[in-house]
Amino acid sequence: MDLLNPFFAMIRRDLLLAVRHRAESANPLLFFILVVTLFPLGLGGQAKLLQAMAPGIIWVAALLAVMLSLDSLFRSDFDDGSMEQLVLSPYPLSLLVLAKIIAHWLVTGLPLLLVAPLLATLLNLPESAFPVLMLTLLLGTPVLSLIGAIGVALTVGLRRGGVLLALLVLPLYIPVLIFASNAIEMAAGGLPVGAQINMLIALLLAALVLAPLPAAAALKMSIN
Amino acid sequence: MFLVPDSVGRFFHRMASPPHFYAFSGRLMPWLGVIFLLLVGAGLYGGLVLAPPDYQQGDSYRIIYIHVPSAWMSLFIYVMMAAAGVIGLVWRIKLAEIVAISSAPVGAAFTFIALVTGSLWGKPMWGTWWVWDARLTSELILLFLYLGVMALYSAIDDKRVASKAVAILALVGVVNIPVIHYSVEWWNTLHQGPTVTKMDKPSIHISMLVPLLTMAVAFKFYYLIAMLQRARTELLQRERNSQWLKKLLESEG
Repeated sequence: MDLLNPFFAMIRRDLLLAVRHRAESANPLLFFILVVTLFPLGLGGQAKLLQAMAPGIIWVAALLAVMLSLDSLFRSDFDDGSMEQLVLSPYPLSLLVLAKIIAHWLVTGLPLLLVAPLLATLLNLPESAFPVLMLTLLLGTPVLSLIGAIGVALTVGLRRGGVLLALLVLPLYIPVLIFASNAIEMAAGGLPVGAQINMLIALLLAALVLAPLPAAAALKMSIN
Repeated sequence: MFLVPDSVGRFFHRMASPPHFYAFSGRLMPWLGVIFLLLVGAGLYGGLVLAPPDYQQGDSYRIIYIHVPSAWMSLFIYVMMAAAGVIGLVWRIKLAEIVAISSAPVGAAFTFIALVTGSLWGKPMWGTWWVWDARLTSELILLFLYLGVMALYSAIDDKRVASKAVAILALVGVVNIPVIHYSVEWWNTLHQGPTVTKMDKPSIHISMLVPLLTMAVAFKFYYLIAMLQRARTELLQRERNSQWLKKLLESEG
């Protein structure tokens, strides 16, 4: 059975849908920018303080943005019945779920990367830390999408899943938050970050392999 | 069933039947209660009266007789919950599902007790209620994981579906707990060296160790009692329309 064809067809379909609904996909990005903007206003705009807190602020904001964007991952398919067709299709559901997650990340996760340097400048993060910031986002946000997919799959059938999703998913996000913001902090201080980056790569690989399986199982559960 | 003796296999098969489980756990309960009371009495007497005060901490160390077994239980129950969840998921055994979800509130309670007693001990010893120490932080996250499991279960109306969801979540949590634990530990050691939390630990004296282990076993029995009681109630709720329950009620008058 050729698995690559349905995999890429799924990605293409979801990207096409995202292009047709452009305004929707921009929302997480706006949310990300807004949350980061709130911190200087709340903290009083002292450059030193903001600089010290920048890695944490950016990563917490990214975490929340990804989490809020997750609802759209399966929602429309679930509502219009295409999810049932996907479950019935001869291809493994975990593969299709992985394709959907990748497409979703391309639309919601990747744009975060593009505005991150701008936000880092607003927070006075030293420029030497920018490459590491981008790298942690590149490696970390897919992990957030993958783990989050499990949570969404569990709650997509519920009418009020929103707050519940946060409760399920945020504790599982902690390792990514720790390693990513720590790497940026180290890079800003001119220290080596190899260990943290390696850990993020390890988390990404493990999540890529493992997360689609429980997500697919949870989707099947949500459907019946 | 070729790995386990036949009688053990039969025992578990019989346990999977709700009426049998209900009757058996009802008979078991008083015995468990007696054993628990004996153990907890012995453990508390040994820990609070017989064991000598610590040369450094005086009497305040005695909180470990509650704190340490609770912390052990918090992890033990999570693993039990996930294991029961997997059994329910794979073999579709209704009772395993019930055991899994009945474990969650007990585990959350033990986690909470471990956090509170640790905090009460920390105030006089470290001079603060809370430090972002690796162990404290991961215990707090464990509490969140428990609360997530309970929230998910209560959010889904169909309880069989809810049990499946809980099993998947518990399984994901079990895989994640070591990752979370080590990441938090690493984060802590990177931020600041161990200051107050890593005191020189003299290996514990036997007169202190025996009551501690007794308490640990007593807590296991408490878990069994609380979990079985919850499971029985849950079973009654789920099986309220079944024939065996009607018969049982009629025979008891």
